[in-house]
Amino acid sequence: MNDKIILKTEKLTKHYGGVHALQDADFELHEGEHVAIVGDNGAGKSTIVRQITGVEQRTSGKVWFDGQEVNFAGPLDSRHAGMETVYQNLALCDDLDVPSNLYLGREIIKFYLGPFSILDRKAMRVATEAALKRTAVKIPNLSNTIRHMSGGQRQCVAIARSASFASKLIIMDEPTAALGVQETGQVENIIRNLKAEGVPLILISHNLRQVFDLVDRIVVFRRGRIVASLNKNETDGQDIVQYITGVKGGLETAA
Amino acid sequence: MAQTSHGVGDLTFDSSKRARPPELNVFFGLILIVLVFEVLGWLLLGDSFLFNTRDSVDTLFNEQRLQIIVLQVAIVGILAVGVTQVIITGGIDLSSGSVVGATAMITMAFAQAGTLNGVDNTRAVFWDQGWVDLPVIVPIVVALLCGVTAGFINGMVIAYTKIPPFIATLGMMVSARGMAKWLTKGQPISFPTESYASIANGEIIATGWNPVIYFVIIATLFHLALKYTLYGKHTYAIGSNSEAARIAGIKVERHLVLVYSIAGLMAGIAALILTSRNLTAQTGMGVMYELDAIAMAVIGGVSLSGGRGSIIGTALGMLIFGVIISGFTFLKIDAYYQEMIKGVIIVSAVVADVWRQKRRAMQG
Repeated sequence: MNDKIILKTEKLTKHYGGVHALQDADFELHEGEHVAIVGDNGAGKSTIVRQITGVEQRTSGKVWFDGQEVNFAGPLDSRHAGMETVYQNLALCDDLDVPSNLYLGREIIKFYLGPFSILDRKAMRVATEAALKRTAVKIPNLSNTIRHMSGGQRQCVAIARSASFASKLIIMDEPTAALGVQETGQVENIIRNLKAEGVPLILISHNLRQVFDLVDRIVVFRRGRIVASLNKNETDGQDIVQYITGVKGGLETAA
Repeated sequence: MAQTSHGVGDLTFDSSKRARPPELNVFFGLILIVLVFEVLGWLLLGDSFLFNTRDSVDTLFNEQRLQIIVLQVAIVGILAVGVTQVIITGGIDLSSGSVVGATAMITMAFAQAGTLNGVDNTRAVFWDQGWVDLPVIVPIVVALLCGVTAGFINGMVIAYTKIPPFIATLGMMVSARGMAKWLTKGQPISFPTESYASIANGEIIATGWNPVIYFVIIATLFHLALKYTLYGKHTYAIGSNSEAARIAGIKVERHLVLVYSIAGLMAGIAALILTSRNLTAQTGMGVMYELDAIAMAVIGGVSLSGGRGSIIGTALGMLIFGVIISGFTFLKIDAYYQEMIKGVIIVSAVVADVWRQKRRAMQG
């Protein structure tokens, strides 16, 4: 494992009014590492992602990304820094085709005319085909609108988009929650490809089988705190469940 | 998914998902409606709707009727083009008709001639200020500015207060109509300069076709802009999923202001052509135009829920509108019935849109 740390948080804290959604989270991600974040509903999994990507502003704590301390004002900043997120609600435009969705907000321009700049549709299509090939995503017809695609295909487009643009880190929030068995398999294959390419990944998932299949390390959240960070080889499903439910994990059980 | 075929390369093709372009359906609708009038014409009047039946003229089609069909809808068609892009963003513009009225009055005040048959036109609105016989560029700029300003206000209110476009443009609809009456206390403004009159009545290609020529130019520009530019891509993206557009880095608010401003600009242009053609401006100009424009777009397959539609569709919707009005006149149906039936058509178009979406949702 590469020793370079790509993402690090120190005492990351988020309070929503009186609710302590995230408390003193110290989190580390190494170059090329795939880490899963697990925990019960409301344990702070999505909250930590929102603080890291700048969707929300943290209450306190520090974040380092790629060797620099960062303060992302919004999700766009984190994207420019090379961090991509696959959101639970997909964030695709149903009425646009695959290349348009892949390049949404980052369109390739053929001729600059301000807001009326002419799009280079051919270049986007070629690049889309290459990107889908690289991530091993199979979409029958790129000109189809997203509306005409299955949930799995949509998810694949969303992931392909993130994988194509993320230079340094991909975060996936429950990427297979709404998918069938076969479609889940396809998404998992994409994640394995990313691993082979050395792209670091944070995977939020409820599915322990999937977590053990895909990642190197598992971080367990409970009531806004990180209660365990375990290498996959040093733990098992039962162990993780005990941390999730609070049977294990000193601080919480003592409280 | 039963008809999906899996090839050896694991590629799939599902023919049911290769949808026919909705514009084609609208086109068939247009042809069907023309045929209905043709048949009714022969049955009820013993005359053709579309073809020439007079010996004195040597043409295949009844060209006069064709000209009437397109001329009477071309000006509203310009509004329809503007409102099409607004509807694609998921919004609506109810103010375009009133903005036409207000712009018409203000513009005409700057377009009046100084002398009528050798006599000073002392009743000109700006006679005291000496603003008569102004170069034609002045009223043109005034018209475009009026339209853009109204649209800009619409856009700012909608984008930054987040109130529904329906309400914001309804407010503008009422205010702009008041504005139309304010300048002259409700009196019409007439007698423009010759150069102003020639905007709509001069000869560009063929005399009498100017409004249609303007429409074709504008519609072509919008078709290209929506299909091949960033502007179009972002317009569809916002109407499709504004939150996704925002996350993707599109400046949604700024884009909406631009879209509504351009819709306002179209109302300004429509007012310009309308007053130039009629040689007069009245406070009631453009009443109900906004609904006709929306109807043209919806008939043309532009979805009121946003994200879908095209200028080609709207142009076809406009022709359907023109054919129906001409057809009713041809069949000598009273204007009252025409309006009643127009209402039915508008509602039917929306119902068709809802059905289309339901079917799509079931397929998806």
